[in-house]
Amino acid sequence: MKLSGAQIVVETLIEQNVKTIFGYPGGTVLDIYDQLQKKSDRITHILTAHEQGAAHAADGYARATGEVGVVLATSGPGATNLVTGIATAHLDSVPLLAITGNVATGMIGSDAFQEIDITGITLPITKHNFLVHDVKDLADTIREAIRIAKSGRPGPVLVDIPKDVQAAMCEFAYKAPVERSKPEPAKDADVDEAAKMIAEAGRPFIYFGGGAVRAGAGALISELADKIDAFIGCSMMGLSELPTKLDRFLGMQGMHGHYASSKAMAKSDLIIAVGVRFSDRATGNIERFSAGARKIQIDIDSAELGKNIEITLGASCDICDFLRKLIDRVDYKRNPNWAAKIEKLRAQEKEQGFVDFLPEQAIKYVASSVTPDTEIATDVGQHQMWTAQYYDFEKKRTWISSGGLGTMGFGMGAAIGACFGTGKRTVLFTGDGSFGMNLTELATAVTYNVPVTIVLFDNGTLGMVRQLQTLFYDKNYSNTTLDRKTDFVKLAEAFGAKGFEASDIEEFRKAFDEAYKTEGPALIDLRIDKDAVVLPMMRPGGTFDKLILGEEDD
Amino acid sequence: MSRSNFVIAVYVENKYGVLTRVTSMFTRRGFNIDSLTVGETEDPDYSRITISLSGEKSDRIQLVSQLKKLYNVRKVVEITPDAGIKRELLLIKIKTVPETRSEIRDITEVFKAKIIDYSAGAMCIEITGDSNKIDAFIDNVKPFGIIEMCRTGIVALERGPESMLEK
Repeated sequence: MKLSGAQIVVETLIEQNVKTIFGYPGGTVLDIYDQLQKKSDRITHILTAHEQGAAHAADGYARATGEVGVVLATSGPGATNLVTGIATAHLDSVPLLAITGNVATGMIGSDAFQEIDITGITLPITKHNFLVHDVKDLADTIREAIRIAKSGRPGPVLVDIPKDVQAAMCEFAYKAPVERSKPEPAKDADVDEAAKMIAEAGRPFIYFGGGAVRAGAGALISELADKIDAFIGCSMMGLSELPTKLDRFLGMQGMHGHYASSKAMAKSDLIIAVGVRFSDRATGNIERFSAGARKIQIDIDSAELGKNIEITLGASCDICDFLRKLIDRVDYKRNPNWAAKIEKLRAQEKEQGFVDFLPEQAIKYVASSVTPDTEIATDVGQHQMWTAQYYDFEKKRTWISSGGLGTMGFGMGAAIGACFGTGKRTVLFTGDGSFGMNLTELATAVTYNVPVTIVLFDNGTLGMVRQLQTLFYDKNYSNTTLDRKTDFVKLAEAFGAKGFEASDIEEFRKAFDEAYKTEGPALIDLRIDKDAVVLPMMRPGGTFDKLILGEEDD
Repeated sequence: MSRSNFVIAVYVENKYGVLTRVTSMFTRRGFNIDSLTVGETEDPDYSRITISLSGEKSDRIQLVSQLKKLYNVRKVVEITPDAGIKRELLLIKIKTVPETRSEIRDITEVFKAKIIDYSAGAMCIEITGDSNKIDAFIDNVKPFGIIEMCRTGIVALERGPESMLEK
């Protein structure tokens, strides 16, 4: 059949099983929008309030479902508004397809109205991008973009389509949905070498991250740990892949990680890193980070092996295949001294922490109130770290948070995307700083009656930055005190959502119960102490020997 | 770890914007390149980029891994000093006066270089060879006065009968 470029875009997305796309119309995508409306029985378009919100929504959709998230925007400012969303997906390896319109091919380079070189702009923040010059290439380019986005280490791909290419006619035939390229199997020699190192180790520690979530490696990690008597920690991106309460799992390690997890990793003599990149937030000073430990790194991306830290053995392959073979290959082993050491660290951790700490109480209450499959989204800042530390995750892929880029303003869009992806309620933990950045997406949540419950930790400051100023800048609170007089309850109501306020745990429980029962979006403005801090904390560039455990430590 | 010199050959799709993708990655990852050349190959669908850089072994491994991740890159091979032939081309314009001309001609002959333009007050010379030979030639003619010069950067091939694409 002969179709226009715009029809081909929509038909190819339908052919590739794309059910939902997020976007915002404009001059150079009018043809595509015209077709989307006509095919609305087969593909749903969600109109956000801002293109950035659409990009984060597509990202949240992808994180919650594991499918490729799709976002559509017009040329110029529409395209540039996607940039933060694309970069967020890039840093966290989220499969995302961004489609942008552009001015007609004949006008490219003329600085035409709303013309921008978006393939140039997104070059360093996409896995790959395409500018489609000819309608004949359009369908296959979209298919290839989807294949790239979800294959290997996933990531964002952008397809820029000039207006005349959308209007041009071309023969179109359906093809099968593209498959994810099969990852390389593990090499026996690498598995043997890893097994030998495990046999020689007395203090093994498995450290996993987002790659393990992507591969669904949790059960294998747990099985390996049981067999070789290892303990487990994860990066922030690894959260929710293993149940928080799993016995061998010490939780998130790193700058604000759990004490026992960070300490155990630092004291281990063999770190088995699974789908994780030893980021600076996880290691602190790389020169002094666990210098005594041998390191095995297993990652689907060979460029990650030894990128940030010197490793003893690197394997670039399907991590599940590697773990399966390794479990078969290793002998059952007990490390009683190591287990005793871990028990001691856990006991020390129990003695730390705050008494009657409102953020912790609120997060624990949410965890105990909602169903285990509830998606938990966050923005970026103190509330994010508290949620990472205190929330009890039970089900995989229930943690949606911007790790690598640390994007304030991510949460609202991402939570909406997660709701559409799962068809279930999402709880968003946010702060007054982050929420202020993209609160306009409340309009989207109201329009589509999205079941999102927003828990806003309101301290009138940019708490995480303030915490750094408290510790390292002599309490010189430069530009972190907000005190904006915003009435978040009225604000929610103005958008058409429900609003509640609370300033202690009793009020919060009542408000949350009500908010959670609300069919569409509801917001709880929870007033918290502006001097509440996230602990433990490792100084940026510091070491795990010297964690800040209490406010008096510094 | 010690720094040393590496030459890496890359087959890339011969398409619009591919060189930008490669150089953008170098900028983004902070690789400092000594020279980069690009040109046609035996297969018109592919261009060959030859990159020379100095750095630690880890830099080389990281550069090769990052290159392999680029969508338009077909093949990446490190040309080791033993297995490769490396050449550069230099065009150089040297000041001359009647008294220096014969000496410059002598140097040119010793280095197997070629005089390609001869005018009042200047000579233009072409020379190919490995980078050390080019450096030595430049050192020898420097005292006469270099008006301008232009080096191509390194191109390299592996010895032996195979093509890099087939390996």
